[in-house]
Amino acid sequence: MPGITDSTTRDDLSPAGTARENLTTHEAGAPDGRLADEGADGGAGTVRLLDPDGVRHPSPEHDRWLTDVDGDDRALLRLLEDMVVVRRVDTEATALQRQGELALWPPLLGQEAAQIGSAHALRRDDFVFSSYREHGVAYVRGVTPLDLVRGWRGVVTAGWDPYAVNMATPQIIVGGHALHGVGYAMGVLADAEHDTGRADGTAAVVSYFGDGAMSQGAVNEAFVFAATWSAPVVFFCQNNQWAISEPVALQSHVPLVARADGFGLTGVRVDGNDVLAVLAVTRAALHRARTGGGPTLVEAVTYRRGPHTTADDPTRYRGTAEVEAWERRDPIDRLSAYLRDRDVLTDAADAHVRDVADRMAAALRTDLAAIETPPPLSIFEHVYAEPNPALAAERDGYAQYLAGFADDVAGGAR
Amino acid sequence: MSTREFQLPDLGEGLTESDVIAWHVGVGDAVALNQVIAEVETAKALVEIPSPCAGVVTGLHAEEGQTVRVGEPLVTFDVTDGSGAAGGADGAGVEAPEPVPGSPAPTLVGYGAAPERGGRPTRRPRRYATPPATPPRPAEATPVATVAPTDRARATPVVRTLARRLGVDLTIVPGSGPRGQVTRDDVEVAAAALAGGAPAGRAPTTDAADAVETRTPVRGVRKHTAAAMVASAFTAPQASVLLTLDATASTELLERLRSHPLARGERITQLALVARAVCALLGSHPALASRWSELPDGSAEIVHPAHVNLGIAVATDRGLVVPNIPSADALGLPELAAALTQLTRTARDGRTAPERLTGGTFTITNVGVFGVDTGTPILNPGEAAILGIGAVRRRPWEHDGQVALRDVVTLSLTFDHRVVDGEQAARFLADLGAVLGDPALAVVVGSAAGTVSTGGAA
Repeated sequence: MPGITDSTTRDDLSPAGTARENLTTHEAGAPDGRLADEGADGGAGTVRLLDPDGVRHPSPEHDRWLTDVDGDDRALLRLLEDMVVVRRVDTEATALQRQGELALWPPLLGQEAAQIGSAHALRRDDFVFSSYREHGVAYVRGVTPLDLVRGWRGVVTAGWDPYAVNMATPQIIVGGHALHGVGYAMGVLADAEHDTGRADGTAAVVSYFGDGAMSQGAVNEAFVFAATWSAPVVFFCQNNQWAISEPVALQSHVPLVARADGFGLTGVRVDGNDVLAVLAVTRAALHRARTGGGPTLVEAVTYRRGPHTTADDPTRYRGTAEVEAWERRDPIDRLSAYLRDRDVLTDAADAHVRDVADRMAAALRTDLAAIETPPPLSIFEHVYAEPNPALAAERDGYAQYLAGFADDVAGGAR
Repeated sequence: MSTREFQLPDLGEGLTESDVIAWHVGVGDAVALNQVIAEVETAKALVEIPSPCAGVVTGLHAEEGQTVRVGEPLVTFDVTDGSGAAGGADGAGVEAPEPVPGSPAPTLVGYGAAPERGGRPTRRPRRYATPPATPPRPAEATPVATVAPTDRARATPVVRTLARRLGVDLTIVPGSGPRGQVTRDDVEVAAAALAGGAPAGRAPTTDAADAVETRTPVRGVRKHTAAAMVASAFTAPQASVLLTLDATASTELLERLRSHPLARGERITQLALVARAVCALLGSHPALASRWSELPDGSAEIVHPAHVNLGIAVATDRGLVVPNIPSADALGLPELAAALTQLTRTARDGRTAPERLTGGTFTITNVGVFGVDTGTPILNPGEAAILGIGAVRRRPWEHDGQVALRDVVTLSLTFDHRVVDGEQAARFLADLGAVLGDPALAVVVGSAAGTVSTGGAA
């Protein structure tokens, strides 16, 4: 959707100085767009434009980042469709794991708005470093559902070409890629010394991670470096409330966003289940990054409604009431209600969106079944650029091991 | 009829098996793709299994409650109409590699060796002991299928397995663990209540093989002894000297004293004789009667008490106590013997006054009464030396140039090397041996002027 993924329609927006001023003063400022209630989904100071009932609350400060979307029903429908599709694909991937087709899967259920909203704020030349749950971000960047799941089947060393979509493949090490993002952003700064680039600023970087990663040393080091160099990077923390079985309150006695001050980052807290608010604050943060305004920490307050991965059982550490409370704040229901109220989402349009999602899921299943399992020894092909004796010895040893399984029937080890 | 056999996958990163908790379909049921067909519990999680295809169920390969190993068949479907093809891989309309006949469906399960093959593998898959199939639980104990998984009781997989084996419904067991978690003990208690008896596996038995170690809390005398011995062992550097001697003259003296008027009717024992000799000798061996004293400023001094407070180690029913006889050096042999008798009786009655348990300056422990030749006792804290007396035995011994049966005893002296040097300890023990070997020498000891031992200057 050009209207969303490109930022060319933002020429009418305020210059960087104004944007920065608006965002840095918002903590003390107007109530517009912020939650009045202090609750698990954010509390005071959290940017929210769509409430759980789908009522749009105007906020001049943030609405100016949404002028293209607010005026374009198709753009709004596209946001809805992307959320529905990625949820459907995610559900299918979970089923495929249960059916033995994937080794593992980290479901994103509940975090669709945080991912789709923020990803739509990106420019094509921006770069994303993500964790392992950012299926929605990857989808918006252009990663196909099949490429999303291939790595989880263990048949490829990486799911996609990072430079084709300007998004690195998932980082499993919790928080490690926060530093990658800062390094890339510092590279962008170095390039900008030779070529000032586009009129609306340099490329920027988004590092996605979760509340658990906020306790990682690498993430905190990344904050220091980013602030020191004013690197064009946005740290997008999806606070989904649970670091596997540890609740966020255990590792942070203050809202995560409050840590931004200590590092010299701009901190913004947003209702992560409000796709419009997420889109607005991420656009503002990216604009600040690409125009010399320095890094931002966005805390998107959301909830992981599924297990940490398919190997996890969340019923062991949390109750049903909590999960049900967050179901009532569902990001898709919220946008659907808003769009139905505006007569943008008709029954036909809704059916169409769901049909698109179902077909995407079916295609994923078909494509996955068609994947050929590479021969076991191919794992040795891409370890080093050039062959070396130690690797050859390891490969030969493994070949011998596999041969031990062989029997008289042709075929041998699969 | 085109069939598809669905094998239990590894549902959680390296699991080997799952328990079938509940079937949501039966043989003959038509199922849609991704319809939940079963609930299974792994070591990690309770999960729902979505059907891998659309079709009709023709076989369920496990009972509820049964354990299925990863890779074993779980369900068989009839997918004749083609709609049941997994992603169309073996169905119509999709370009896909044709599955090799007889090979399993292309799932992640079964990597490594193909399970069905003609020949004999040179390397067999590891075999695990197959637990006996557990009978289906009684109807009243199968709430899992009807209770939402999110509302089930908190318990670890091990405890869940135990509960299933014992037929205990976890949801009705009060949990005593953190946040109401049901523990192993809770399950065993509940199982015992169900059975109307003692906890399973804990039935009373006379079988000696069931004997278990017992544990006794450390209290009272034991605790005090332990503390004193640790204090002794880790404060004073201790060394011991030993001496074996012919004490026949002493035993003969004791025999004569039985009826001698000078004994004043007291029964004079070997211990009393040794105690008297020690008291007499300590005057000329002041180091052995001294003690080391640490001062608050970190320095130290050696304290020489005015009198010998003679400690005696007494074994009582309640444990070891070491009461002392104040100013024992001022007592004659009959008085000392009487004091010893009194001290021992009082201690065994448990009536020793607390002040008699502190302030000792030298201790004797008569381990010989228990039949041993000697020991190397460790110091009563705060004292410079402790004497161990072994059993007096008739032994062949050199006597007047010949071998004769003599009353032989071994003495051991442990000393605080901060206060006492080896030479001082050795001279004291040698003098003591000389007196016990020839009690008549006792009349020449008792002053600080000299010693009875030959060949050494004091």
